[in-house]
Amino acid sequence: MAYDKGITFPFAGIWKGMWATLKALFRKPPTVFYPEVKEVPAPRARGVISLDTDACTVCMLCARECPDWCIYIEGHKEEVPPSKPGGRPRSRAKLDRFDIDFALCMYCGICVEVCPFDALFWSPEYEYSEYAISEMLHPKERLTEWLRTVPEPPALES
Amino acid sequence: MNFWLLLLVEVVVILVVMLVGALVTIYAELKISAHMQSRIGPYYAGGKWGWAQPAADGLKFMQKEDLVPAAADHTVFRLAPYIVIMSALAVWVVIPFGPDLVVRDLDLGVFFVLAVSSLSTLGVLMAGWASANKYSLLGGLRAAAQLIAYELPLLLAVVAVVVQAGTMSLNGIVAAQAQTWFTVGGIEISAPFLLKGQIIGFVIFMVAAVAELSRIPFDMPIAESELTMGYLTEYSGIRFTMFFLGEYASMVAISAIAATMYLGGYWVPGLPESTLNAVGPFVLLAKVAFLVFLLIWFRWTWPRLREDQLQDLAWRWLIPLGLLNIVLAGIFKVVL
Amino acid sequence: MTELMHRSEVAVSVELQTPDMTLNIGPQHPSTHGVLRLVAKVDGEKITEVEPVIGYMHRGYEKLAEVRTYAQMTALVNRIDWVSGFASEVPFIVAVERLTGIEAPERAQWIRLILTELFRISSHLVFMSSYPLELGATTPLMWALRERERVLDLIESVTGGRFHPNFNRVGGVKPAAGGGSQTKKISQDLPAGFFDQTRAAMEKVLHVCDELDELVTGNELIKARTVGIGIIPADKAIEFGLSGPNLRASGVDFDLRKVEPILPYDQVDFDVVTAQGGDCYDRYVCRLEEIREAAKIVLQAIEKIPAGPLQAKVPRILKVPEGQVYVRHENPKGEFGYYIVSEGSRMPYRLKIRSTSFSNLSILPWLLEGQLLPDLVAIMGSLDFVLGDVDR
Repeated sequence: MAYDKGITFPFAGIWKGMWATLKALFRKPPTVFYPEVKEVPAPRARGVISLDTDACTVCMLCARECPDWCIYIEGHKEEVPPSKPGGRPRSRAKLDRFDIDFALCMYCGICVEVCPFDALFWSPEYEYSEYAISEMLHPKERLTEWLRTVPEPPALES
Repeated sequence: MNFWLLLLVEVVVILVVMLVGALVTIYAELKISAHMQSRIGPYYAGGKWGWAQPAADGLKFMQKEDLVPAAADHTVFRLAPYIVIMSALAVWVVIPFGPDLVVRDLDLGVFFVLAVSSLSTLGVLMAGWASANKYSLLGGLRAAAQLIAYELPLLLAVVAVVVQAGTMSLNGIVAAQAQTWFTVGGIEISAPFLLKGQIIGFVIFMVAAVAELSRIPFDMPIAESELTMGYLTEYSGIRFTMFFLGEYASMVAISAIAATMYLGGYWVPGLPESTLNAVGPFVLLAKVAFLVFLLIWFRWTWPRLREDQLQDLAWRWLIPLGLLNIVLAGIFKVVL
Repeated sequence: MTELMHRSEVAVSVELQTPDMTLNIGPQHPSTHGVLRLVAKVDGEKITEVEPVIGYMHRGYEKLAEVRTYAQMTALVNRIDWVSGFASEVPFIVAVERLTGIEAPERAQWIRLILTELFRISSHLVFMSSYPLELGATTPLMWALRERERVLDLIESVTGGRFHPNFNRVGGVKPAAGGGSQTKKISQDLPAGFFDQTRAAMEKVLHVCDELDELVTGNELIKARTVGIGIIPADKAIEFGLSGPNLRASGVDFDLRKVEPILPYDQVDFDVVTAQGGDCYDRYVCRLEEIREAAKIVLQAIEKIPAGPLQAKVPRILKVPEGQVYVRHENPKGEFGYYIVSEGSRMPYRLKIRSTSFSNLSILPWLLEGQLLPDLVAIMGSLDFVLGDVDR
């Protein structure tokens, strides 16, 4: 690359620089006045994880695959009456506790990807900071609330 | 009027002018630098435009803890900020806002200004040495070398103006610019010294002024990205406020001196003599605002020069140019 | 006139013995790009000896890799050099693909190429903002980061994350949102409007390169601070293992994208930016031109990207067969490589990371001897290293 490394008297570069800043002085800044105005993040943005408790079968795949071990799951087996008379009672897993500790979570998305039952979804919500770190552990109920904020998947490039 | 009452009024007015000038300059710097960098700057402090930001900063500094490093030299450490702000304050005594609106119109006007503003060098050295911190020491030494080196070009530029004006008093310098230079068809033309051949002098003065203020491109003593504030590293709270206000007050003071010497001060061609006392301060204010804008513009556009490049510029280029300028001023005065 | 700003030679009398001062340019410092500690022996302002002390940011990646599966490691490796996240994931995934013998389909490779070049632009814009700041010019910081936001928005719209995309999967890129019957149908392909947004963003990026040219590159004060400072001759650069723009600024024409491409770089038309001289100004100019070249590559790739699947067929539980492989790629900072030893299980037996900044940093003791303190800042900034990369 041939760039001129020399310094010549009228110092043209210095004046060009000053002209550049003067032009910038009169341009409108691109500042967004958060929190009065909020930018909308992309639909795929990884903000918070939401849980659909009806779909969860307590298979524990997400807790196993999490690199940080931040998902805490407890469940028990329940007897459900047989679907037709004369059959044997089936056992169904019931979810007792499903906590995600967002203070540990590194937002990698492995849990959402490995879930075979459509129970976990990404949502672009990001405003859930707390003053106490224990509040960053979101229990089952709070995770279900995030389900309302999950957007439609974006249309694809044709 | 009673001598002492007049003196009290003058002192109070000067203090208010200096303080308000410094605060307005701080606010202007925050806003102008922000817009040059495509951002907004203070917005929420005090209503819509954030005009109360400097005052809020001042209040915040006042309630900070009084920290003195254990290994520091206590007396020198405590004394340094006051020397700096004292020298920034004393310059205002001779600046004329109008033909009669000057605290003391000394015969030695510019001499007094140069002498008093050199006192801040001492304050900076004291701050750097007394902080007991290797970075502050480096900053203080760099500052001493730089400030002393740039006194000379400042002096030479001033000498050229004195030669052309024939007097060292600042009021006299303005009067010399207001004198008729030549008449064209019945209209008397007079011009500020900038147009009477002092362009080189003006450039030398502004460069030396930026160096005396330790602003970018000459801010090696502070050099935030290397020395984390240099000689100011250990200062916090009110002591830091003194340094900070002192820097901005000096900025306004030096701009006022430059406006008086080169741009005509409180006088504009065409204004009748009788109105100068009323309109003069505003004229001076406009010129000072322009020069302060220039200083802010330089700071946010250019990088800083290395210490030996600074010294190179001062000793090998500005001083010979300054001497040449004096010769030119002499020729101008005699011939034209 | 060029002698105007060169360093003036000062002769010091030999009789005046002044002991050297040991200055600790400590882990907490505004311009060491992270927690780097330099123990410098200083004589006035001249440095006589420098010893870098690293390890303040050691996170144990190579040990961590022994107890994490390959899928989990993909989420972790973009955090080594967080400024160029995706470009650190790609060689890892390609190494695993070589061990398992799976090859990624065309469209996946082109998406990887686009994302790598976007991260290259992002990393060099960070350099553009922080290097003039170290020299004292405070305005380019905001301008460069303003445009970087657009590039990060693009990356977020495709992958979901701005700095840590976690978008590579063995056999391609992330194909679907999840594993369930519904979420399997949600494809993670490029979203609608991506091509137009990318064209607009590249235009803005090229515009800010021109603005930076006006403000920084032609500026005589910048030239005074960087021309002739920190000259690295070509043979020394090769000897110390430098790579990336640092190597190319010394005149060595070596770019892994041309020499050993692991992505379809041979189907895109771009120049390798070199400069003669090897001083700080050359390194700065190399990176500025690389932003322009990367924008060119992205604009071409958008036109050429073929349709197709996003991931090849891969078994659910991935067991990598036994073997060893070393794959390297052109990180924005230089040559970045992974050496994986696999024993046939879900986790690597040994992962060795050849990080760019560690090798780039090794030249500091040789280079900084005899320099002035302000030049130390200029030189360290021009090498553009990140401590996360050095310490892993």
